[in-house]
Amino acid sequence: MAMLEVATPAQAQQSVESFTLDNGMEVIVIPDHRAPVVTHMVWYRVGSAEEPAGKSGIAHFLEHLMFKGTEKVPGGEFSHIVARNGGKSNAFTSYDYTAYFQRVAKEQLPLMMEMEADRMTNLKLSLEEVIPERGVVLEERHTRVESQPLALLGEKMTVALYGEHPYGRPIIGWRDEIEALDDGDALQFYRRFYAPNNAALVVAGDIEPDELLELAKTYYGGIEPNEQAVRDKRPEISEIDEPVRVVHEDERAQQPVFQRLYLAQSYYSAGLEPATAIDMLAEILGAGTTSRLYRALVVEQKVAVSAGAWATTDLFDRGRIGIYAIPREGVNPETLEVAVDAVVAEFVDKGVKDEEMERVRRGYLADLIYGWDDLQQQAYVFGASWGAGILPRDVLRWPEVVRSTTGEQVVSSAREYLRAENSVTGWLLPASQQ
Amino acid sequence: MEIQRIATPSGIEAWLVEDHRLPIVFVEIFWRAGSSSETADLEGLAYMLSGMLDEGAGDIDSEAFQKRLADLNIDLEFNASKDFFSAHVRTLEENLDEAIELLALALTQPRFDEEPLERVRAQILASLKQSLQNPEIIASKAWFASAFANHPYARSTRGTPGTVQAIQADDLRDWMSRALARDNIGVTVVGDVTPERLVQLLEKVFAGLPQKAKVAIPTVADFQAPGRVEVIEYPNPQSLIQFGHDGLARDDPDFIAAYVMNHVLGGGVLVSRLGEEVREKRGLAYSVYSYLYPLEHVSLFVGSLATENARVGEALEQVRLEIARMQKEGVTQEELDDAKAYLVGSYPLRFDSNEKIASQLSYIQREELGIDYIDHRNALIESVTRDDVNRAAQRLLDPDELLVVIVGEPELSGAP
Repeated sequence: MAMLEVATPAQAQQSVESFTLDNGMEVIVIPDHRAPVVTHMVWYRVGSAEEPAGKSGIAHFLEHLMFKGTEKVPGGEFSHIVARNGGKSNAFTSYDYTAYFQRVAKEQLPLMMEMEADRMTNLKLSLEEVIPERGVVLEERHTRVESQPLALLGEKMTVALYGEHPYGRPIIGWRDEIEALDDGDALQFYRRFYAPNNAALVVAGDIEPDELLELAKTYYGGIEPNEQAVRDKRPEISEIDEPVRVVHEDERAQQPVFQRLYLAQSYYSAGLEPATAIDMLAEILGAGTTSRLYRALVVEQKVAVSAGAWATTDLFDRGRIGIYAIPREGVNPETLEVAVDAVVAEFVDKGVKDEEMERVRRGYLADLIYGWDDLQQQAYVFGASWGAGILPRDVLRWPEVVRSTTGEQVVSSAREYLRAENSVTGWLLPASQQ
Repeated sequence: MEIQRIATPSGIEAWLVEDHRLPIVFVEIFWRAGSSSETADLEGLAYMLSGMLDEGAGDIDSEAFQKRLADLNIDLEFNASKDFFSAHVRTLEENLDEAIELLALALTQPRFDEEPLERVRAQILASLKQSLQNPEIIASKAWFASAFANHPYARSTRGTPGTVQAIQADDLRDWMSRALARDNIGVTVVGDVTPERLVQLLEKVFAGLPQKAKVAIPTVADFQAPGRVEVIEYPNPQSLIQFGHDGLARDDPDFIAAYVMNHVLGGGVLVSRLGEEVREKRGLAYSVYSYLYPLEHVSLFVGSLATENARVGEALEQVRLEIARMQKEGVTQEELDDAKAYLVGSYPLRFDSNEKIASQLSYIQREELGIDYIDHRNALIESVTRDDVNRAAQRLLDPDELLVVIVGEPELSGAP
């Protein structure tokens, strides 16, 4: 065990500490005593990007199956015990991580840790539980993807952007592959990746670091590490080289929607400074009603009813920048796309104003302060960052990077990524239009 | 947590939870007037107003107003629901004065300039189109339209393309001057502000509002479609099912018992009877739930699930069986104990951030539960007996009364 850092983010009287247990498990604690409540999370550095070929969806399916039981806590009792103790419980899966959490009164924390530690290595599955749960996941895919024309377009565009790299697959998995998953697949994945040396414990709320460290040693400290529990090297993401177009026609779609993805970088793949510049680029280009895209397309030219941009940079491998716009009634898709391209070209050619940089910096720093009101959100930020390779000390250094990032850095990152030959353009079209 | 009751010179009462540990202030305001107080020809007016109030006021035009909010990192949002119009402010303490000034301007001197009005109108029309590809919205609209024909609750908060086209700036001004008054308001503030400072700030906002609200308040709504099943054909592999019937009022003596009962029936997807039978055992749905929905002029028991078209009959059958079983047999002592343990034990989780505290207090004001409600709410749950729950189940539930709306291409035959 070693203490890594003690740090206080600027402008908020909060502290974050982290430790490593002897078995390799990370411990991150965010003390806040405003309410007698804690958020308890365990994050594993394994997500859909670790899935073997043909087994897409196994990381997410396993996340569901983790609620089925162990010898000590059998038959779906986990959720009932959490509920009986006044807690709320859930889990989520992403490309790079899978996380489980409970929010409980402070007194119930040891029980939550005991149960979470138990299911880290003692999961038992039976076919009678696994088969209905696969049906649940297939219905989840129906709701989140097959009932949403935009999500179907998104799946096609993501494949085009990432190609053979696992980020090209949907986190929930392809339907035909989910249909074939079974308990054997889940247990194999579980035994390979669920181990303390591939996990982080994140606790935010009414607890002090030394108190948590003792509890962490008691409940998680005795679990044997597994040297196999590290992610394999992933394939390189190939450059796109020429502009790609994807059209999804859907009889349910009521109006055209424009989407654009550019291959970019992430905090882990490129480092804090370049990734922060990417985030700021997306912010100035398309966050909110003062952004370039909204002002130009929605307010001034009146060719869109909505328009914006975002960046996904909290990934282990390369991230992306996205743009969306919905044409105003009577505006044809080509006109809108030309207008979007003109806004992007102007951004790249003429750069950003100091006023815009200042607005983004102030906004980010204000969001950091607002973020401290919500402890669950804090636990999420530090956990998700760790899952994608970013340690607490880097998260805490971020405000400083935000202050020092210049307009030139933002524009140079725009020049690097906002290129047609580095992009996938997608249109959702009502089927009748074709 | 101490809730202070403060009053401004013009007679507005506000609840304040003072907390100087973070430099943030949350303000929640509601008025007892929403889309159910619109006339049928201007359906969607309150919703459009909620989109227009941050689009310029006084001598600050839309662009300048939005820039001011962005530069000061002030969140200022307005919302309209069936029975309420509301404002939500989040600001850093250092910008509180400016945030309150912008709020006051928005509420007393909105501009409703042509550019933002036409832009917001186009956005609402687009969202109405978009909602035609959203099974949940399709089902919900159809459910209310059937349940409350000829009552304002049958209408949609966002309006229809025809009515949204018809609404003009003068209509917004007229409704606003009658709806956003001082005698139908509730105000909650949580965060880094003293009572003395807050009184002065609030007076700036509310002194300019009319004393009395003069909007039409709807009559009690009758649930008019018991036992009906409606299918809305929609080309989806999955059907969305919304079900429900009339319920118990928030001030009914059995409401709390019914609330505990519903927690057992369909309150949590992994720990309820519907969750167990529909999801866990049969894998029919990802999400299945029921809840009590007390509106101002009717109370409802409603629920929802989504399942593949081929299994709609089977899923619906399970829902009806569980509602019937609960109505006839009630809960077991163990189920009751577990439900109470959860509801009591998890109550503090609703107060673990200042934003949540503001939202909870605003809810307590709206439902007129009293400033000390938080102190005795858990005792209300604790005191519920099995007899109470079973009586509430018998009074509330009736599977034959359910109005069921299905959006999809369902096969309605029963279980195989």
